[in-house]
Amino acid sequence: MKLTLKIWRQKNSSDKGGFATYPVDHVSKDMSFLEMLDVLNEELTEKGEDPVHFDHDCREGICGMCSLYINGKPHGPLQTTTCQLHMRSFNDGETITIEPWRAKAFPVVKDLVVDREAFDRIIQAGGYVNVNTGGVPDANEIPVAKTIADLAMDAAQCIGCGACVAACKNASAMLFTSAKVSQLALLPQGQVERKTRAEKMVAQMDAEGFGACTNTGACEAECPKGISITNIARMNREYFSAVMSSDNV
Amino acid sequence: MAEKWTKHKFNSKLVNPANKRKYDVIVVGTGLAGASAAASLAELGYNVKAFTFHDSPRRAHSIAAQGGINAAKNYQNDGDSIFRLFYDTIKGGDYRAREANVYRLAEVSVKIIDQCVAQGVPFAREYGGLLANRSFGGAQVSRTFYARGQTGQQLLLGAYSALSRQVATGKVRLYPRTEMMDVVMIDGHARGIVTRNLITGAVETHAAHAVLLCTGGYGNVFFLSTNAMGCNVTAAWRAHKRGAYFANPCFTQIHPTCIPVSGDHQSKLTLMSESLRNDGRVWVPATKENAEKLRKGQIKVSDLKEEDRDYFLERKYPSFGNLVPRDVASRNAKYVCDEGRGVNETGEAVFLDFRDAIKRDGKQVIEQKYGNLFDMYKQITGEDPYEVPMMIYPAVHYTMGGLWVDYNLMTTIPGLYSLGEANFSDHGANRLGASALMQGLADGYFVVPYTIGDYLAQTPPKKVDESHPEFAKVAQEVKARINRLLTINGKKTVDHFHKKLGKIMWNHCGMARTAEGLKQAKAEIQELRKEFWADVKVLGTNEELNLSLEKAHRVADFLELGELMVDDALNRDESCGGHFREEYQTPEGEALRDDENFAYVAAWKYMGEGQAEELNKEPLVFENVKLTQRSYK
Amino acid sequence: MSWVTKTLKSTLGRKLIMALTGLFLILFLTGHVSGNMLLFKNDGGEAFNIYAKFMTTNPAVKVLSYLTYISVIAHVIYSIILSRQNKSARPIGYAESKASTNSRWASRNMGILGTIILIFLVVHMQSFWAQMHWGDLPVVTYDGEEYKDLYSIVNFAFQNIFMVIGYVVAMAFLAFHLSHGFASAFQTLGWNHKKYSPAIKAIGQFYCIVVPVLFAAMPLYIYFTS
Repeated sequence: MKLTLKIWRQKNSSDKGGFATYPVDHVSKDMSFLEMLDVLNEELTEKGEDPVHFDHDCREGICGMCSLYINGKPHGPLQTTTCQLHMRSFNDGETITIEPWRAKAFPVVKDLVVDREAFDRIIQAGGYVNVNTGGVPDANEIPVAKTIADLAMDAAQCIGCGACVAACKNASAMLFTSAKVSQLALLPQGQVERKTRAEKMVAQMDAEGFGACTNTGACEAECPKGISITNIARMNREYFSAVMSSDNV
Repeated sequence: MAEKWTKHKFNSKLVNPANKRKYDVIVVGTGLAGASAAASLAELGYNVKAFTFHDSPRRAHSIAAQGGINAAKNYQNDGDSIFRLFYDTIKGGDYRAREANVYRLAEVSVKIIDQCVAQGVPFAREYGGLLANRSFGGAQVSRTFYARGQTGQQLLLGAYSALSRQVATGKVRLYPRTEMMDVVMIDGHARGIVTRNLITGAVETHAAHAVLLCTGGYGNVFFLSTNAMGCNVTAAWRAHKRGAYFANPCFTQIHPTCIPVSGDHQSKLTLMSESLRNDGRVWVPATKENAEKLRKGQIKVSDLKEEDRDYFLERKYPSFGNLVPRDVASRNAKYVCDEGRGVNETGEAVFLDFRDAIKRDGKQVIEQKYGNLFDMYKQITGEDPYEVPMMIYPAVHYTMGGLWVDYNLMTTIPGLYSLGEANFSDHGANRLGASALMQGLADGYFVVPYTIGDYLAQTPPKKVDESHPEFAKVAQEVKARINRLLTINGKKTVDHFHKKLGKIMWNHCGMARTAEGLKQAKAEIQELRKEFWADVKVLGTNEELNLSLEKAHRVADFLELGELMVDDALNRDESCGGHFREEYQTPEGEALRDDENFAYVAAWKYMGEGQAEELNKEPLVFENVKLTQRSYK
Repeated sequence: MSWVTKTLKSTLGRKLIMALTGLFLILFLTGHVSGNMLLFKNDGGEAFNIYAKFMTTNPAVKVLSYLTYISVIAHVIYSIILSRQNKSARPIGYAESKASTNSRWASRNMGILGTIILIFLVVHMQSFWAQMHWGDLPVVTYDGEEYKDLYSIVNFAFQNIFMVIGYVVAMAFLAFHLSHGFASAFQTLGWNHKKYSPAIKAIGQFYCIVVPVLFAAMPLYIYFTS
């Protein structure tokens, strides 16, 4: 396969950046998308040009580190992570446009690498159960209905890649935030801090500069883990009931 | 032995609660071991600085563990106990682990599950609401807790949430995208680290009363492995060069069910869950001729009749069949491929066939059990395993070796600890399935919070600070090394060297090793290392995000570690667990241990640039288990 | 009461206002369309004029009408606030976007649809509502009571083909706006449930077609029958 890559290059966060075009030959259909970029980078390095920087790590679709807005869609044409996307999803001779995630809360660090620490700060605001190590009850002390545990797991599968933000026309982080709020609101272990958690995490989400939710469903459609927007509805419920009834004035 | 941990905890010195806030602890790496340790220590009151080279602690490769986590809860009433988990782990490790450590691991395993559930980890449940278990990796009891196929993810996110909570309280200061470059020693004690900010390139120093290395395994020395791209040995290796012994480096685990290599572009290998072997049958063509025709596409799989297929595991191991342990399955796959009977274009793959299972149980049942794995396989290879057999090949998966630690998880450098896969402690020569998660969390939540107190209680709380000249000195050395890498201006890329090293290691220090091959490998590595330092091409500057520079550091360390692995493999004139020396096998081709001469931990001491490392032996004494030969016939 | 202002400043609070006012306006539309169905009654406008008087004088309706004005204003203001927030959340856009593969056009263009509807609303209120309230309308008498003859104004207005076309087109925009807004409001309120959501979605799809079609039928009916 021969391809033309139109890639966003930006030296650092203060650089203005722009697109550069690279032809790549000898692309095999069995390559993953990132391996195709590896090949490009090897060629660039040999030529003495700065390789294209992009985030990646596990390359098996679970760490959430890879990103890339490929041909107008986060993680490319399939509903999966970029590392699990293979070149057989593209056609010989195609031009592929590769952009970084675009959001105020995800500033570009270099080329296609963005800073997603805003997600960490949302979790730090309340995405946990306040228990110290040790002194906890036996694991089977509190039964959890299988249906509830399954729903919690559906939400907990979020890999924090940020495709939801990238896909959303408002760069909203509702799907990410709601996945964690849901997981802990569903489980008995999360009940004690249920209200405070919803209030604090939503406040942090807003403080990071993400947009609001227009319920377009784009996040759900692009989420590589298929996290459902029912979680957003649940977070809305949690939040509204929290602000109405919590003791935080 | 059963009392040892309790007594040890009682005999350990304690740090007064009011004094804990006077102690600073550095935690490098924020995977299962690091995040759990950082959170637990901060809860106790210590001031913690946590470092990760990722953008977030949630990216650590612990996240990729699929199968589950073992714990001796005996919830299933099937005869499990702490002693049985201990026994299975020791035996599975082919009697090359320390009894006391393993017993402690089994003992605290039960508390891990309680802790994770309390954190809101959504483990699989039965309809009655209690926790579900499954048997895993050929264990005789169901003791594995799981969260779908993403147990590692859920446990890591649990530890990450505990860590995040401490970051919010201010007890943990988190340094993302910051890589540890060296350890700083003052008066023989570890007193801090030197780091590089991966975005700005700033070389910074951090002082503390103790340093914990929770930096994972070194499987990436093979270039291709199931490890994440960023996994590296740098932190552990830097500590080793400062005096920490490196134990059993040659003990690497090869996992039999990975998706085979498809070409030179391959960057990593993807693991398919071991559970596939419950229903899939492993085979290759019975003759070389057919295998060759198959590789060239002259015949199709369906052209091969029953008698043309060799179900080699079932043939050789009638009682365990396709469920033999990882090392046995891997080695036999290698043998048939070496005989020229391998499949795939490369000839380095065997079939894992679900045809009979689908015929027996129906497609629906198989889809329920393995649907997601089949989808993943299809996505990666483009082939539908419902129609044609899967192809698999072994790949490096886990490294049992690592920094030598004592019962307190302290390395030979006072004040320097090592946790999780980074240390050598609990798995001997072979790790059982679902035990890696258990060890990482045991070390972080339930061991180091106790044992570190014993050391700190004997350390004056006087502030150590970065103004000590030793910090400036080490920082200077780090900068010089960066500078050296950036100014070689050679012709070959970092990956070029990494790939070459990987090939040497895989061919000579992989699934099967020989003295001759290892000697050849040693020479080749030395040559390659020289070439690296003369001809590597690292572009860009230090003062920016520079992936080639990061990688160059890591590969430089792999080039040194690789030689030590070879030395260790050469020294160990026996076969045990993941270490298989072809000279030492039973007439049936099984691993032949030499308990007389090699029931010890090989702990290597760095002696200086270009010097042979010194071997120290920690004898292993088995008082509670009887050493037997593993047999799966 | 700082928690109230804090909540109303949060994205979720703002969305709550959008949803509640939106739902109230849907209720209003329902009432509006049912009342205006009297235009189809072939009685020379008697029923319609009586209804129009009732709607402008009844105290309970008055309260509702003020709620409607507030809803319209709040819906508009908050949509502006949210649109600005959303815009600033992505200062640099994508060079290439295939949003059509993951979401419906209407859902991504609620602001544009709303703006067009708002322009329509101004014209519409100027044409009829303002006339009814302050205009110099002819008077008709039924059973000895005097009524403003709004019907004649409506009848006159819809003799104009451009007016008719304008109304029909505006109703198409309203249909799109409702096609997303109806179900979306429930989602924002958190009413997402396996059992009820399909029904809400179905009702929304039904509603977003029937109501605008009925509204659009009125000018067409008048244009073609008189």
